Amino acid sequence: MTEPLIRFDRVNKWYGAQFHVLRDITLDVAAGERIVVCGPSGSGKSTLIRCVNGLEPYQGGRLTVAGETLGDDVRALERVRRQVGMVFQQFNLFPHLTVLENLTLAPIFAARESRAEAEARALQQLERVRIADQAHKYPLQLSGGQQQRVAIARALCLRPRVMLFDEPTSALDPEMIQEVLDVMIELAGQGITMLCVTHEMGFARAVADRVILMDEGQIVETAPPAEFFDRPQHPRTRDFLSRILGH
Amino acid sequence: MAIAQAPIAARPAPPVPQGGRGAWVWARRELFGSALSSASTLLALGLLIWLGWGLLRWGLLNAVFGADLPACQAARGQGACWGVLAEKGRLVLFGRYPLAEQWRAEAATALLLALIGASGLRRCWRPWLLPLWIAGLALVFALLRGGVAGLSGVATDLWGGLPLTLLLATLGIALAFPLAVALALGRRSELPAIRTLCVLYIELLRGVPLISLLFMASFLFPLFLPVGQTPDVLLRVLAGIALFAAAYLAETVRGGLQAIPRGQVEAAQSLGLGWWVIQRRVVLPQALALVVPGIMNSFIGVFKDTSLVTIVSLYELTGALGLALNSDADWRPFMLEGYLFIAAIYFAGCFTMSRYSLWVEARLARSRAR
Repeated sequence: MTEPLIRFDRVNKWYGAQFHVLRDITLDVAAGERIVVCGPSGSGKSTLIRCVNGLEPYQGGRLTVAGETLGDDVRALERVRRQVGMVFQQFNLFPHLTVLENLTLAPIFAARESRAEAEARALQQLERVRIADQAHKYPLQLSGGQQQRVAIARALCLRPRVMLFDEPTSALDPEMIQEVLDVMIELAGQGITMLCVTHEMGFARAVADRVILMDEGQIVETAPPAEFFDRPQHPRTRDFLSRILGH
Repeated sequence: MAIAQAPIAARPAPPVPQGGRGAWVWARRELFGSALSSASTLLALGLLIWLGWGLLRWGLLNAVFGADLPACQAARGQGACWGVLAEKGRLVLFGRYPLAEQWRAEAATALLLALIGASGLRRCWRPWLLPLWIAGLALVFALLRGGVAGLSGVATDLWGGLPLTLLLATLGIALAFPLAVALALGRRSELPAIRTLCVLYIELLRGVPLISLLFMASFLFPLFLPVGQTPDVLLRVLAGIALFAAAYLAETVRGGLQAIPRGQVEAAQSLGLGWWVIQRRVVLPQALALVVPGIMNSFIGVFKDTSLVTIVSLYELTGALGLALNSDADWRPFMLEGYLFIAAIYFAGCFTMSRYSLWVEARLARSRAR
């Protein structure tokens, strides 16, 4: 069996001295696997995926991404980050740069590519999320759905092996959710490893290899979507599903 | 009961309330709407005419324009004596700079003004601007200082007037700004040593008046150095101004830094960008754009604060005025006219800066159009 791309080995994290936000997280993610993380708010699901690219430090256990152990080594962290793309709930596009400049910033300054090369690939990625005609606009001139698609394209520009999605559709107006999900579904079909925190259960059912339920900092249940939704084992999963599906 | 509903589009839009047009209609409504309003309008108008007439008489009609001392003395109380400028203008503008070499001070002033003007134009915002400034400043120093290319040497304590004011203000700002950005970033650093140092610096420098700093730079500092090793007084004073301005400016910049949402830095980090690139390309462009008015405030402050160097015997514009008039009992009574003259120069500088800042703001707003 090949080495997993991401390995959580009894990872623990506290906020301050009191709040134990991740408890003994153990999870292997194979290359190409698509995982949806769900759970009630405050359950630690965002914190979990923010650990993968080192936006959150952890205090106990060991987290390995693409062969690098995440810790205090800043260089190793930057190497990991270039292989891990992230999409945020609030888009976090750079408002003072055009769409194209948002996409080429990291290739030029982190990966040291030439501007021409970076721009060519940026346009390809914009094509991929069907927004190439907006390349020279500023982010705030676009709709929320368009902005999130630009953010996905920006993360893809470094050709990451892993994509993290932190509630990518939660800040969108309802009519714009589908255009973002469509792009994510397309991406899922192309073999990239995905870790996605979302409440879009339809998306989870359609693309996930495994669905994870987190509660109070722990992984409560891990199962393929068919089992997870139709035969949930844990009472807390059943409870969560009944609330989120509104039955 | 059925309510007949006209389609919304068919309903005529209510007319925009019309209050009449034209200056006359406006004046009738706003200035003479009631008896009280009419009375106060007439009173204010009368006051304005009276003041305006007085100023006109004093400044123009009864004023003496030639350097004619008896005429000036005769006109005292009734008219301005602009003749004082004809007589002493050279001293005010160039201080104690040797008369025979005055063309050098004039050329240096023109060169500095040209550099400043060019830097304000967008089409000059190119990589060659910095080398141009360095070359320009070298030329300014060569002109003023002499000792090269057959120019006779002029010691820095003889420099004065407008070129000194411009030099202190420009260099003070140019040195203070990068230091301020570094201090602001340092104060938000995750390294406690750097953070503490920056906080100490800012609080200490803001905690003393500029005058006391200039005193220290001028009189105290040389005491700690071996005789003959003291840097030039101009450099010491310049350092004092720049270090002082940087402390204030740093807090303005920090205000901008704090307004940048955390998500911006996280997004940049998640792209694998390092700290320097994140600050340079993501955080600072946004933070500085937010605080343009505050930055310009500090710049204007530096420009006017240069007048304090008189206290350590460097005669910039304000000091040169005192120098020109205090020692001459005949012309001393016409200090007011002299002050009005340099006030006009300061005002022209400050007003230009403030208009420029508005232009920069408008430009930034355009590029961030939403």
